[in-house]
Amino acid sequence: MGRFFYTLKQAVLQVLRNRNMALASIFAITAMLLILSIFLILVININNAAKGIQGNYDSIEVFMLDDAPKDAAQFIIDDIKTMDGVEDAYYKTKDQAMSEFKVRWGDNAYLLDSLEKNPLPNAVVVNIADLEKADGIAEKCATYKGVEDIQYYKDTVDKLLKATKFIQNTAMVLILFLIIVSIVVVSNTIKLTVFNRANEINIMKYVGATNWFIRGPFLVEGMIIGIISATISVGISAFLYSKIVDALGEQVFTVLNMPMVPLDFLVYNFVWIFLALGISIGACGSMISMRRFLEA
Amino acid sequence: MIEFRNVTKKYKSNVALENVSVKINKGDFVFLVGPSGAGKSTFIKLVLKEIDATAGTIIVRGKNITKMSARQIPKHRRGIGMVFQDFRLLPKKTVYENVAFAMEVVHQPKRTINKNVPQVLSMVGIADKAKKYPDELSAGEQQRVAIARAIINRPRLLIADEPTGNLDPDTAWEIMQLLDEINARGTTILMVTHAKDIVDKMGKRVIAIENGRIVRDEFGMYGFEEALSELDADVDTIQHKRTFRTRFKRGGRG
Repeated sequence: MGRFFYTLKQAVLQVLRNRNMALASIFAITAMLLILSIFLILVININNAAKGIQGNYDSIEVFMLDDAPKDAAQFIIDDIKTMDGVEDAYYKTKDQAMSEFKVRWGDNAYLLDSLEKNPLPNAVVVNIADLEKADGIAEKCATYKGVEDIQYYKDTVDKLLKATKFIQNTAMVLILFLIIVSIVVVSNTIKLTVFNRANEINIMKYVGATNWFIRGPFLVEGMIIGIISATISVGISAFLYSKIVDALGEQVFTVLNMPMVPLDFLVYNFVWIFLALGISIGACGSMISMRRFLEA
Repeated sequence: MIEFRNVTKKYKSNVALENVSVKINKGDFVFLVGPSGAGKSTFIKLVLKEIDATAGTIIVRGKNITKMSARQIPKHRRGIGMVFQDFRLLPKKTVYENVAFAMEVVHQPKRTINKNVPQVLSMVGIADKAKKYPDELSAGEQQRVAIARAIINRPRLLIADEPTGNLDPDTAWEIMQLLDEINARGTTILMVTHAKDIVDKMGKRVIAIENGRIVRDEFGMYGFEEALSELDADVDTIQHKRTFRTRFKRGGRG
């Protein structure tokens, strides 16, 4: 326990003694983490939106001919449910379809009242559990008797999936790059404190201190810098995100029919991610800067 | 205490030590002399295991350190005290803290530190300077602090690398007496030096290294030839060397 406090005390002293350098690297890492958080927020929101859109599109609508008997639809439901990849299937009458329409039109729904006859067809809605199998299911649906047309959005969903994958991968590469840059920044800062204390480290080595004993304070110094940076950047990004949600939340909702990821969900997750990142960046940076020093 | 068996150390193509065999016994006081670049520093670094020998076996305090793993090095060094020409004290720590630091680093309990540091400080004769900072002390006093730090963990072996190099002759002689006293208490001392007068006056064992080989190992004097060859290596202006040589031939002291 004494050793732990010794290490912690030394680390805090080092940060305070090299205040300017510590501030410089806190600044740099905070900036890095902020850019990172922009990407993360973007990715999380895109993922969220994609999932929502996918939810809207992962069904096939099988439109029935108006004169098709009702048991034809029932036959389709019973038969298609046995297929692999189908989650559920149900009958949707033209009246139900109309009332859904009215909900979607909202304030303008009165326009639909002027229609003399409901133009919407009766339909069987097939919910798909596995989008990979959507093609086969759609083909099968088209073969049933009494079917007028089918509608599903595989292309849209595919494109959406591809786009989100691309954005995710790009963001991953950028995030990785930012992490490496942060590590280099920290390792340079700590290298300076190491140089400042070269004499001390040398003496420690001569009187027989173990490498871990010498490394400890520097490691903790890096971690402290990382923790401070993480806290600041989570604070700033939470603040900015709340402003963005205030400003754009409604528009996003109208366009995508999906709310933005809520702030508290984001903060709760970011705190842990960023603390872990900050600590590892700091620790890696100091390990790298110490490596050559402790060889002999 | 220290034994080299056919030790060779090469740096790439450069041979720093070649087939050196020597034995320093427990309780010895040994001077290691020789011109710059002769291999003295290499010798010390090998004993501390800062570097590894290219060939041969080195035994320190009964342990074969050529086969020692990196993990054991700190423990190995705890048995050796080091004193340098430039003292290497920590300027932001007081005398007391500088000495206590060597004990903290090897996890000595506070009680032991509080008991031992004043003892050692008074043994090296600077008990009254405990609260001063290094830059408030004279060079000789700073070297005493460095010696106190080197012996605080009671090493069996003390290595002094030109400990009198930055000191005036009188102070140097005081430091030598202190080292002699430490030696008399049973600590083996290996001292690298260029100070001919000190070596001559002490009359201890002298190991002379030149071009990576031991050229002389006997009790007594630094040696006239060695002093000259050292000048050859150290003094770069021929002019300087000539006047020195003439002075030597006339029987004057360098």
